[in-house]
Amino acid sequence: MAAITETRETIDRLAESGYQYGFETAIDMDFAPKGLNEDIVRLISAKKQEPEWLLEWRLKAYRAWLTMADPAWARIMHPRIDYQDLHYYAAPRAPAPKSLDEVDPALLEMYEKLGIPLNERASLAGVAVDAVFDSVSVATTFRDSLAQVGVIFCSISEAVREHPELVRKYLGSVVPAGDNYYAALNSAVFSDGSFVYIPKGVRCPMELSTYFRINARNTGQFERTLIIAEAGASVSYLEGCTAPMRDENQLHAAVVELVAHDEASIKYSTVQNWYPGDADGKGGIYNFVTKRGACRGAKSKISWTQVETGSAITWKYPSCILQGEGSSGSFYSVALTNHRQQADTGTKMIHLAPNTTSTIVSKGISAGHSNNTYRGLVRIMPKARNARNFTQCDSLLIGDQCGAHTVPYIECRNQSAKVEHEATTSKIADDQLFYCRSRGLSEEDSVGLLVNGFCREVLKELPMEFAVEAQKLLAVSLEGSVG
Amino acid sequence: MSDLAFLDRVDLASVMEHPHRRAALDAFRTAGFPNRRDEAWHFTDLKARMRDFDWTPPGDQAALMLPDLSLPCAVLRDGVWDAASSRPAPFMSRLVRNEVLPAGANSLVALNVALGQDGVDIALRDAEVGGTVMVVAQARANAQPITPRYRVVLGAGASLTLIEVAQGSGAYVHDPVWDITLGTGARLEHYRLQDDSVQSVHVATVFVTMAEGAHYNGFTLATGASLARSEFHVALTGAHGDVQLNAAQLLTGRQHGDVTTVIAHRAPHCSSRQTVKSVIDGMARGVFQGRIEVDRIAQKTDGYQMNQALLLSPDAEIDSKPELEIFADDVKCSHGATIGALDPEQIFYLRSRGIDEAQGRAMLIRAFLTEALEPIGESVARPIFEAAIDEWWRRAAL
Repeated sequence: MAAITETRETIDRLAESGYQYGFETAIDMDFAPKGLNEDIVRLISAKKQEPEWLLEWRLKAYRAWLTMADPAWARIMHPRIDYQDLHYYAAPRAPAPKSLDEVDPALLEMYEKLGIPLNERASLAGVAVDAVFDSVSVATTFRDSLAQVGVIFCSISEAVREHPELVRKYLGSVVPAGDNYYAALNSAVFSDGSFVYIPKGVRCPMELSTYFRINARNTGQFERTLIIAEAGASVSYLEGCTAPMRDENQLHAAVVELVAHDEASIKYSTVQNWYPGDADGKGGIYNFVTKRGACRGAKSKISWTQVETGSAITWKYPSCILQGEGSSGSFYSVALTNHRQQADTGTKMIHLAPNTTSTIVSKGISAGHSNNTYRGLVRIMPKARNARNFTQCDSLLIGDQCGAHTVPYIECRNQSAKVEHEATTSKIADDQLFYCRSRGLSEEDSVGLLVNGFCREVLKELPMEFAVEAQKLLAVSLEGSVG
Repeated sequence: MSDLAFLDRVDLASVMEHPHRRAALDAFRTAGFPNRRDEAWHFTDLKARMRDFDWTPPGDQAALMLPDLSLPCAVLRDGVWDAASSRPAPFMSRLVRNEVLPAGANSLVALNVALGQDGVDIALRDAEVGGTVMVVAQARANAQPITPRYRVVLGAGASLTLIEVAQGSGAYVHDPVWDITLGTGARLEHYRLQDDSVQSVHVATVFVTMAEGAHYNGFTLATGASLARSEFHVALTGAHGDVQLNAAQLLTGRQHGDVTTVIAHRAPHCSSRQTVKSVIDGMARGVFQGRIEVDRIAQKTDGYQMNQALLLSPDAEIDSKPELEIFADDVKCSHGATIGALDPEQIFYLRSRGIDEAQGRAMLIRAFLTEALEPIGESVARPIFEAAIDEWWRRAAL
């Protein structure tokens, strides 16, 4: 019963504050002027002292973006975004810190509030963290111990300066600059993000983690993450996100690229808890993210696990391109929407090579007036002999004002492939609820328990610390949706 | 060549005289043939197919035989009521065309309304028992689309078994539209055989509106046409309605077959069941798109959808999109899809019993097809469906 008590405590605590991470940190910031044009792109590039080729790459992406229209196929509704009314660059004014001691104490305090173990002395936590504050990476921990085994873990701006050959080789190789509307925008104005390189045969000694925080008003956050695992390497990477409570909507358009070579494995876990807006749908983050992994090598493995509870709108399809023979991709997702939230999320599994396998497990929970859509693609190309896919999409509806939708696309062009898909939609069974209630659990606790059970297959894929956080988040996000 | 060039050959003067038909023609001209940019046509590019469609009719045309069944029947030849061949039941008559284009209908329905032609009107009074009747649409190479309309209205408690056969020879475009209205407790069994010529394009749209407690059992066997699409829109508007919507498509050569269904649960306590099977050989491509919509009011809905595809050659392709769109919380909806080749273990089993591989494969495919015919049971029409499967089997040379 401990978990339940803990969950209730969390709910009680949040009943007062609503969204726990809704505070704003007062820090002297450096903004680029509002608006987007080639000069802004040049300014961002100059601020980051980037080489010429990167500026050219950004400008090319910007020009491609100008010719594109924002995608209309997803089941989401929002007013037109005025891209000229945003700051595309915001950074703490102080020069980049050399060590943690030089980091602005206000920032450290903020991360303390968020419970992020930035301080290396808190090594018990055993997680190396790269914290991205608005547009800039503020601190990366455990660099030295990682460097000893040859792992590079730093901000992408740093990587551009110190490992230009790697960045140049891989940046945009999975998600090309003109891939889609939001990816093109990101490519033009991306500010920072994390860079991870695991050399051949190295098993990364600790979990790597990035914490994203949008703080400033009227900014968009456009981070870019690039993870490369050489042959035989393996890494587990965690990502968390929060933002202050605000009336207006804020844009978050990130790009994540993963590259796995022969027999490498990358596990990417996300707990997405951006501010979802208030009960009437005012404010909240627009989370328009492109995440894609390329299994380039034979027997390589990429696994996406996500728990999506935040954001006013989620538009996100972490995908795997299975190019290496015998490579495998998996996608485990819990997407919970409440109040007026909208989520259109899912995955793409593109099978190009023989003997590739993919697994999709998606759990959607809708409550309040929200809409939750699973949209996924499984494509088996002619050369993907003996490819195998299993997909399971379950939706749970809580209340009669919400919507749950499932839109899978299955395209099979190889006869030896085996593709299975199943989907169900239901509500929480009355007998299950009655059973819990008869054992003395409140209705809210019962629903929390049953929802956690519904998501168990996904939650067990998360690293332990995240699994605990995710369970709490689910309970908190459902607050006010029953009774 | 433009996909709309054929309109030059159509007698547009008569179309312009009727305001409904003129409006529909405008709608068709504006939208054109659907293409991939249209989400509902994501896997079927009709526009591309129509761009190089051969509209010129060959000089001599083979005579077409009518299905040998002694049933009351209405016969349409090239979309025109054939009084000599028709032996209609008392409740069947030639349809007088004057319908309005329904809002939101696609451009193929617009084309059907605009060009008019004949149709069949089937109207049963309350509690009337119609027995089994047949509608045959035969077509030959034609320079204009064939656009018949069928109106079926069953009064409260009425029942009917309707067998529909589409067949033909040469290159033509067959664009039929069905409007089916079922009264309270009415029952319609609708068995469709789409065996249009392999050079033709077949795009059928079937609208079914069901009142309380009505029952619709639709089964389509599609073996013909170079490009075929059967699109169903079923609306359950009264409680306790029950829909069975099954289909089997057999494709070989370069055939493209598409079964698209939308079942809208707009009332509580309704159930829908769907099984769609595709057998795909050669370089053919099969498409299944099925959507179950459940409105907020449609509590206690029970919806199920199954899609199975058997790929028989390395170049065969299947695209499937089973969709659920649900706004009510007390429902049970599920869908499943399986795609694959013949099960090697089953072939192994047969081989271990002394049956050679080719024979074993044939046996398993036949079993899959026989299973697909299950929805029509022991209907009098079964022989013509079996004959169509045999004919397809010969063409596919399995």
